[in-house]
Amino acid sequence: MEFDPFLLARLQFAANISFHILFPTITIGLCWVLFYFRLRYTFSGDKAWEYAYFFWVKIFALSFALGVVSGITMSFQFGTNWPGFMERAGNIAGPLLGYEVLTAFFLEASFLGIMLFGKDRVSNRTHLIATVLVAVGTSFSAFWILSLNSWMQTPTGYRIEEGVFFVESWWEVIFNPSFPYRLAHMFNASLLTAAFLIMGVSAWRAMRGVDGPATWKVMRTGALMAAVLAPLQVWIGDLHGLNTLEHQPAKIAAMEGIWETEKGAPLTLFGFPDEEAKTTHMAIKVPNLASLVLTHEWDGEVLGLNEFEGETPPVAPVFWAFRVMVGIGMLMVLVGWWSAWRLFRNRDENRETQTWLLRALSVMTFSGWIAVLAGWYVTEIGRQPWVVDGLLRTADVVADHSSATVAGTLFGYVLLYLFLLVSYIATLRHMATKPARSLTLTPQQRAMNDAETAEGEA
Amino acid sequence: MDLGYWLPLFFAGAMGLALLIYVILDGYDLGIGMLLPFASDDEKDVMVAAIGPFWDANETWIVLGVGILLIAFPQAHSIVLTSLYLPVTLMLMGLILRGVSFDFRVKAGDKHKAKWNRLFAFGSLVASVCQGWMLGAFVTGLTGDATSTLFAALIAVALPSLYIMLGAAWLLIKTEGELFNKAVRWGRMAVWPMGGFLLLISIATPLVSSAIADKWFTLPNAIGLMPIPLATALAYAGLIWVFNSKQILHNGYGWLAFVALMVVCVLASIGLAYSLFPDIVLGRISIWEAASATESLLFTFWGAIIALPMILGYTIFIYRVFRGKATHLSYE
Repeated sequence: MEFDPFLLARLQFAANISFHILFPTITIGLCWVLFYFRLRYTFSGDKAWEYAYFFWVKIFALSFALGVVSGITMSFQFGTNWPGFMERAGNIAGPLLGYEVLTAFFLEASFLGIMLFGKDRVSNRTHLIATVLVAVGTSFSAFWILSLNSWMQTPTGYRIEEGVFFVESWWEVIFNPSFPYRLAHMFNASLLTAAFLIMGVSAWRAMRGVDGPATWKVMRTGALMAAVLAPLQVWIGDLHGLNTLEHQPAKIAAMEGIWETEKGAPLTLFGFPDEEAKTTHMAIKVPNLASLVLTHEWDGEVLGLNEFEGETPPVAPVFWAFRVMVGIGMLMVLVGWWSAWRLFRNRDENRETQTWLLRALSVMTFSGWIAVLAGWYVTEIGRQPWVVDGLLRTADVVADHSSATVAGTLFGYVLLYLFLLVSYIATLRHMATKPARSLTLTPQQRAMNDAETAEGEA
Repeated sequence: MDLGYWLPLFFAGAMGLALLIYVILDGYDLGIGMLLPFASDDEKDVMVAAIGPFWDANETWIVLGVGILLIAFPQAHSIVLTSLYLPVTLMLMGLILRGVSFDFRVKAGDKHKAKWNRLFAFGSLVASVCQGWMLGAFVTGLTGDATSTLFAALIAVALPSLYIMLGAAWLLIKTEGELFNKAVRWGRMAVWPMGGFLLLISIATPLVSSAIADKWFTLPNAIGLMPIPLATALAYAGLIWVFNSKQILHNGYGWLAFVALMVVCVLASIGLAYSLFPDIVLGRISIWEAASATESLLFTFWGAIIALPMILGYTIFIYRVFRGKATHLSYE
């Protein structure tokens, strides 16, 4: 069977970036949560917060390591898979990536060492500053890479000479029209992912009976975050959607499954888009709702896919991914409110009376991952066939490798990533199962305890 | 001043410097990774602790090096990375395995520790071999013919021996007791293959590339260049001396071995830079032909001259914080 090398190159890049984004999504949000734990224990002296910090810093470190190594892969793959992109758009993409390395990567990587191992070697203040610097570094990193991604979606501030992009205004390149929305949407998504992760793992600990006061404090922190940020995300998402409608109407048409331009367009809740027949089978529609949501007018006109002949993204994946993202988002709002209500009312820390909540939260542990992946599929598949919207086609920048080479390495990457993903989740489970006791002790005490246990067992 | 002339030169220098720092710093990490199977379980923990606070930032230097290639020389970036597709992919897989093993080996539970230790060593070895392969292919202008493939294979075997030496020398600085003695033995063993490879590469490079041969063996250049091989030989002799002198080792001057290796690396990169210049891909494209638009380079230039001193500053700070012998710091 002959595979299209272009499709394989896209699949390989998609596999890498999908695996990569899982971990920054956690760390961008989690490091600010850690900073909060750190502040709480510095100012309250409460051991529970200190315990929460040191428990979660370990999970942060693991997630960070996975993000770093898969991120390095990304930085090479621009060249190995998409050399045309760098040759044509290098004048714009290069400096943005360069600023990410210079302002973010070294900062995070260097101060992470102090954050993890430096507690006994530096003052409390320096350790606190190191925690902030790592958080700032990860946020800088998100800033630059999202700026570049947004520029690819809504390019401004450039001129083209002989097919090569040149910069007219750095301000317009960096703060291009979709950037503020994408940055807010992704940053909030990271915080939500972290919120459900900390709640999920804590719930799992509570169900296993390995919880302490810290577990419930962490769970309440997550519940408060979710209850506020999940509805906020719905609002930001709506704004982001309106921005996309203005700049990338074909993407919106694919997301909503709107085939023909119409006024008072209905909203398709579910259905099976069929690109051949240009229709959505078994569609469940709400009259006029698409127009209302998108144009904020009952009879507003919504452009259909027919307007963008030859320049439309694949409809079904965008349509489905969008519904997955929105579905999980709505679930997050409900579970966020429910858990805040259950956890803050009477501060009930009894796993017998909270059984249903704990079950729900542990099921939702990785819900942020699924929503974030689905959201990125919407925006990235929705940009096709362009790599730089309306200006440069993805097919024109792909590297000229044989399909056997790309298929072989793709297979290798997928195996490796599956192995790492399974190891990551298994390790998280393992860490969550460990009783709280050993972590509150100093290394010396722990060593003594271990020795006693060993004697006891012998 | 002609920015179109100076900016590519600045970025070529910055890229060379970033890659040199990478080879020295991640070199010792990867070297220790490859030495891991030869240590006892307790020693393995100390060895990982000796690189734990540093490896992540060390690895970032290759991202900066490749980043500058991408930012400043996008044309060359495409040629280099598409030609080196396979070794780059394998190196990345090696770096991935090595990088995640730091955490997994202590967090995944005791019954998985041996597996992650093996993957740590395996990843380090794969990454080192692939980097040697990439370097070898790059030096011969990415032609891919039989001679250059043979040359790439030679460097693929040679570079790990340099990394192992760096690793052993780093352990002289960071460890004591039995592990220190082991590091001395490892260094004494690895120093010979490393020297042999150094010599072979010095002979083979001008043989495979007539362009490089011309640069080195025409008068009067040849005389002016003599200090480079001579100083390299001297540093190498010093390295052997440090590893074999009980007096130096037991009076806390083991760090001299690391200095000698740094000198070898610096001299080798000066030699390499001289061999390639002004091309960025030998015989194919010069640094000015491959460079980005001047306004893009200038924008990055301002960022670089502000950020790079800061990066160097806090890198030194981190090394100061974690100076001295490695203690049992735990990822657990």
